[in-house]
Parts: sequence; structure tokens; C-alpha cells
Amino acid sequence: MSADLATLQGELRQIPFLQVDRYLFSHAFGDKTVVVPKEDIVSLLGYLKETKKYDFFVDLCGVDYPTRPQRFDVVYHLLNTTNGDRIRIKTQVGEGEGVDSIINLWRGADWFEREAYDMFGIRFNGHPNLRRILTHHQFKGHPLRKDYEANQQQSCTTTLPIHFDNEPGQPGNELNPKYVPLNIGPSHPAMHGTLRVMVELDGETIVRANCEIGYLHRCFEKMAETHPYQQVIPYTDRLNYCSAPMNNIGYCKTVEKILGVDIPPKAKAIRIILAELSRIMDHIIAIGTGGVDLGALSAFFHLFAYRERIYEIFEKLCGARLTVSLMRIGGVVNEPPPGWYDEILEFCRHMDKEIDEISRLLLDNKIFVKRTRGVLPVKAQDALAWGYTGPMLRASGVPLDLRKLTPYYGYEQLDFSVPVGSTGDIYDRYVVRIEEMRQSVKIVRQVCQNIPEGDYTIRDKSIVLPPKKEVYGNIEGLMNHFMLIMKGLRPPAGEVYDATESANGELGFYLVSDGSAAPYRLKVRPPCFAIYQSFPYVVRGGQIADAIATVASMNIIAGELDR
Amino acid sequence: MSETNQPNGSFSSANSSPVGSQAHNDWSRQFAFTTKLEEVVRWGRRNSLWPLAYGTACCGIELMSVMGPKYDLARFGAEVVRFSPRQSDLLIVAGTITEKMAPILLRIYRQMLEPKYVISMGVCASSGGFYRAYHVLQGIDRIIPVDVFIPGCPPTPEAVLDGVMLLQKMIKDGHPRPWKKNWRPPYEC
Repeated sequence: MSADLATLQGELRQIPFLQVDRYLFSHAFGDKTVVVPKEDIVSLLGYLKETKKYDFFVDLCGVDYPTRPQRFDVVYHLLNTTNGDRIRIKTQVGEGEGVDSIINLWRGADWFEREAYDMFGIRFNGHPNLRRILTHHQFKGHPLRKDYEANQQQSCTTTLPIHFDNEPGQPGNELNPKYVPLNIGPSHPAMHGTLRVMVELDGETIVRANCEIGYLHRCFEKMAETHPYQQVIPYTDRLNYCSAPMNNIGYCKTVEKILGVDIPPKAKAIRIILAELSRIMDHIIAIGTGGVDLGALSAFFHLFAYRERIYEIFEKLCGARLTVSLMRIGGVVNEPPPGWYDEILEFCRHMDKEIDEISRLLLDNKIFVKRTRGVLPVKAQDALAWGYTGPMLRASGVPLDLRKLTPYYGYEQLDFSVPVGSTGDIYDRYVVRIEEMRQSVKIVRQVCQNIPEGDYTIRDKSIVLPPKKEVYGNIEGLMNHFMLIMKGLRPPAGEVYDATESANGELGFYLVSDGSAAPYRLKVRPPCFAIYQSFPYVVRGGQIADAIATVASMNIIAGELDR
Repeated sequence: MSETNQPNGSFSSANSSPVGSQAHNDWSRQFAFTTKLEEVVRWGRRNSLWPLAYGTACCGIELMSVMGPKYDLARFGAEVVRFSPRQSDLLIVAGTITEKMAPILLRIYRQMLEPKYVISMGVCASSGGFYRAYHVLQGIDRIIPVDVFIPGCPPTPEAVLDGVMLLQKMIKDGHPRPWKKNWRPPYEC
């Protein structure tokens, strides 16, 4: 046990209502874990939040161990936003049992608890809306249980009528005849792809709103459990497909953490370059489609021309444009082609000017400003309570950025700043994104000018496949290749959580390994999921047109929202 | 038609020849052509496809690139993207269709007016792709008739352009579409 945990244990013993004797403290792979009885969850988390300043609720998920009498683990991840310290709290519940909901401590736990219910059938006592969230309403069973077959489809033949969340004195499935119900999406002219928003309108004012998600739930977590570690990488591409390399990095970094390997400096540099280029690319889409939703179609065409240039850089490295799968556990996929860094530097030179142009196109546009400035702001404390991260949180004025708070890959040595907004309105979100693009260009330039010498990947034979030349050229290479493919990459049994700052915020991966060749459980903590659950409350009382502008500014990517 | 293909005389001289004569025929070809009505309609249809971009996932982003400045689907007469099924005749299903989404896709398809065509962009829409998973529809052809499948994950913009051109060729040739003719909605919605 680490000193930290020993101190914590001592402090917890002082509290009369906690059964600390039944707690299990452990420290493994750099993560602190406390296993507690389920009766203590709310009081312990409340204590950690108020006294120990683990003030940010990161993630909640279930894990299934069918052979155990208390079949399910409920896993909570908390973050201390002051010093970046993390802690994991676990509890065990049996079939049909429940654990108390923590929705009163953090509003942001709402959807996470619903997801655990949907995926595992774990009940959360006191949750007002414990219904399915990702799977469809005709679905039977709980798909992430180990006894549910991965490819057992259940067809859906109807859609749910308009419904809302239950509130005191107001059941969600009863519509108020005084107001006009309106369904927007999926596949609606004003709504992004797979999102569905339902509102009750008084004139143009939103009285109640709700969003239905899961229209792109393609079972990432189940797929990860049924594929070897290396083969999960292409699935991660398709989480936030607007910035695919960042998901690759987040996943590989997590697996590297459990393997205990440190990747070479050159791989780190390439990862930073790709991550920051992806951030630019992601913000381009967010800003471009945000403009389209407000009627500014020309900005979209301008921005896509810039995006194509980043695609070209990716294509030169690996041949693919959008879903690149550039990362490998232990490094990156290959040595960049000659002149690649110079091309990126050239791109940076152009991008500086072009970001100014984007900024003039939108932020100096009177209509754009009128539609966004002062519209439906989110206060900093609300943003934190909902679990906002990334540009959305920073627009509300909280300078939380994992690249600064818990730097990785040498971000601490780079010169860049974290832009923050002041009011948290829609305008600020775009200002922050545009400024972040400037900072990303700055980072890319610094890294490109100082590429470290050395290899682009580690050469551990039990982790990384040998180069093709070795495989076809000598027997040892062939055997290494064969062994790694047949036996698989096998990390030690255990669990880790690791997070990176992706374009939308904290992208976390919680990995449970049982020592086999495929993850036992891989939970993604997607930034969009936490952000989007606040939508019905953010737009309440606003105008219907502003709700459309809000969805666009939240940059909800269905791939990582629904997974 | 005779072999003699003399250059026509002046407007007045040809005009004076009797209707139905060779000279009159040749003269009329200067300003008119004959065809079948069906073919004119096909010509119009294939060059003014109005797509409904049913983008749900990664392919939707790549479809934006197809519409964007570099690849520019407008060059093939398909630039008027409509998000209303009533105003479009080409449904481009770009992205994974989940079981939850399936009834909505079916409804959108049924709301489109005839003649209507469907392009399935990417392997997810075509067969479920590498998502052999509990919540993913294993190919949209299980619920709606598909004219062109475009492979790729996601397909390159060039492949999408190729798919659109293939559909145009099918329209031009009046390719039979038994999948469409024999299609019945799998369920009411």
C-alpha cells in the first residue's frame, strides 16, 4: 500500500459511519483502488468529494464476474482537479441487487448509472429514470454480461414515442396538453445524424426537453472483449471518428500502462504531432458544422479544404485518410516518410493564416455573434457537476486540461497555453476551439523542429510484431511473428485507468485484464457522454433555435457518445 | 435512310422540299433530334440525382469530404443535398445502421417519392462490417432494397464517386432492378 492510501485509511477510520475494517486498499499499476461494501458508497464518495477534494466524477461502470456470488463490480473513478490525483472505488453487488445512486452528489452520474443498468442490469436505488439508454426498448437481457453472446442481435421494429425524464409530480411519459410536443431527429434537417431530441414547446420556448441516444450503439466494449489487444485498435478509430488518432493513442497508452512499458521518445513525439493535428481536424469539423447549423454554409467549404490537407499528411504516413489506426501498442506503425516533418511545418505556416481567416469568417460575423453570444451559458460549477471536460469546460472558465494537469509524452516541456472562456456561452465555446487550434499549431511546430533520434517503437518481441523484412527474411522473425499472433499479447492480470486530453475532453479507458489475450473489460469514458446528458437542462427555458445552436457547439460525436 | 448524306442547302431551299423526303429529314436534323421519351427522362434523372445524406457515423464524415471542395460531387449533378426524404431521390446510407435505427431508416425510405435509388456506403451499412455485434443491423439490404454497395471502411471519396457513376450508368441503361421490384416492407412503421 502506498503512503497516500495509508493516510487515507487512517483518516477514514476516524469516521464513525464507515465500516473501514471491511475495506480493501490496494495500489497497483500506479492506480489507487479501494474496495468497499455497497452500503458505504454514498457516504464514502460524499466524504471524498467534500473533504479529500476528489471533486470531479469521472466515470462509473460495471464489470461482470459470473462465477462470483456477488456477481458485479460497480467501479467509480474520481479525480482531484487541483492536483490531478485519481482514485478508484469499487463495490460488489449481486444479481437483482442495487447500490444507492450518487446522482445527488454529482448530477453527471445520471447517464453513467443508466448505462450500467442497461449493460449489466445493476440497479441504482434512488435513480429517478433508470431505463435503458443505449440499447433499444425492445431489447431483452443485458448485453455486456459475460453470458450474452456478442453476435446475438435482437431486431427493433418500432420507435419510442416522445417522452421525458421523470420529475417530482411530473411523470416523463405524460405530455402536457397545453404545450406542443416536437420530435427532432434522428435524420432531421436541423439535427446531426443520429441524435434525437424531443421538446415540449410553449410558443418557441422550450418547457421540457429530452434526448434519446443509442442510435449508433455499435457495441465497442463487447467487441473489445472478443478481440485480441492489437485488433481493438481499429475499433478505437471509430469512437470519435473526427479525430481517430487520438483514440488510438488513448487506448495504446492504457495498454502500455498495464504492460509497464515506456515508449521511445520518437514515438512520443509522433504521437503528439498526430494528436494535435487531430485536435485541429476535430475542431474544424466542430466549427464548420456548427456554422452550417446556423446557416453559414460557406465556412464549411472553406474549412473542409483545410481538413483535406491534414488527411494528406495522414495518407502519406499510413495510406488511410479518416480511420487511420496509426498507433501500435509500444509505439507507432512505421517510420514517417522522408520530408514528412517539413510538410507538416509547411502546413503549420499556412494554418496560422487560415485560422485567422476562420476566425474572421465566423467570430466577426454579426449574425453568428448574435446567435451565439450570451446564449444558454453554462456556469463553471454546473459544468463541473455534469462532468464536462475539454473545450466545453474551459469555455465555462475552468482551466482544466490533462496536458497541463497530468502531463504525458513531454507536454510539460512544450510552450503552449490553455485558452479559457468567461461566460460558458456558445460564443465562448467557438472562441476556445479556435484558440486551441492556434495552440495546437504552436505545439506541432515545436515538436516537428526537435524530433528525437531513435526508434519509433519498442522492440519487445512479446509486444510488437517484427518488421515484415524480418518475418520473411529469417526464421527467428517468422517465429516471433507466429508466436505473437497465435499466443497474443498478454498483459498481467489487473486493472488500470488512463486518460488523455482528446479534442472533446477527457477520453479515458478503464481496462481490466485477466491475463488472457483479449481485454476482460474495456470501458471507454467518452467526453461527449457526460456533456450531452446536460442538454435537456441547459436548453430548458431557451428558444428552440438556440437548442440547435447548442447541440452544434457541444460537438457531440455519436461514435463516442453511443460507442 | 439513304447513304447519300449531302450537306443541306439553305434554310429556304430545304424547307421547300416535301415533308418526309430525304432532304426534309436532313434539314430537320440541323435543329432537332429524335429519341425515346424514356431515354430523355433517364438522361434527366441520372444527371440530377438529389441525395439524402443519411450520415450516421464515420462514413458520414467522409461523405462530407465527397461533397466538399476537393472531390465535389456537384460535378456529377448530385450536389443538391436534401435532408428531407420528400425532396430527394437518392438515399446515401453512410454509416453503421443499428437495430435501434433500422425502423427509422425504413420509414425514411418509404417517405421518399418514386423513382428512388439507394447507395449503401461503407461495409457497416452493407453488411454490418466488422461489427458482428448485438446491436448492429447486419446490412441494410435486410430492410430496404439497395442499388449500389460501396465497400470500404470508410470508402475513399473516389470510391463514392465511382458508386454514384455506376448508379448513373444503371439509370442510363435502364438496368432491371428486381431487388426493388420484389421488395416488400419487412414490417409496418
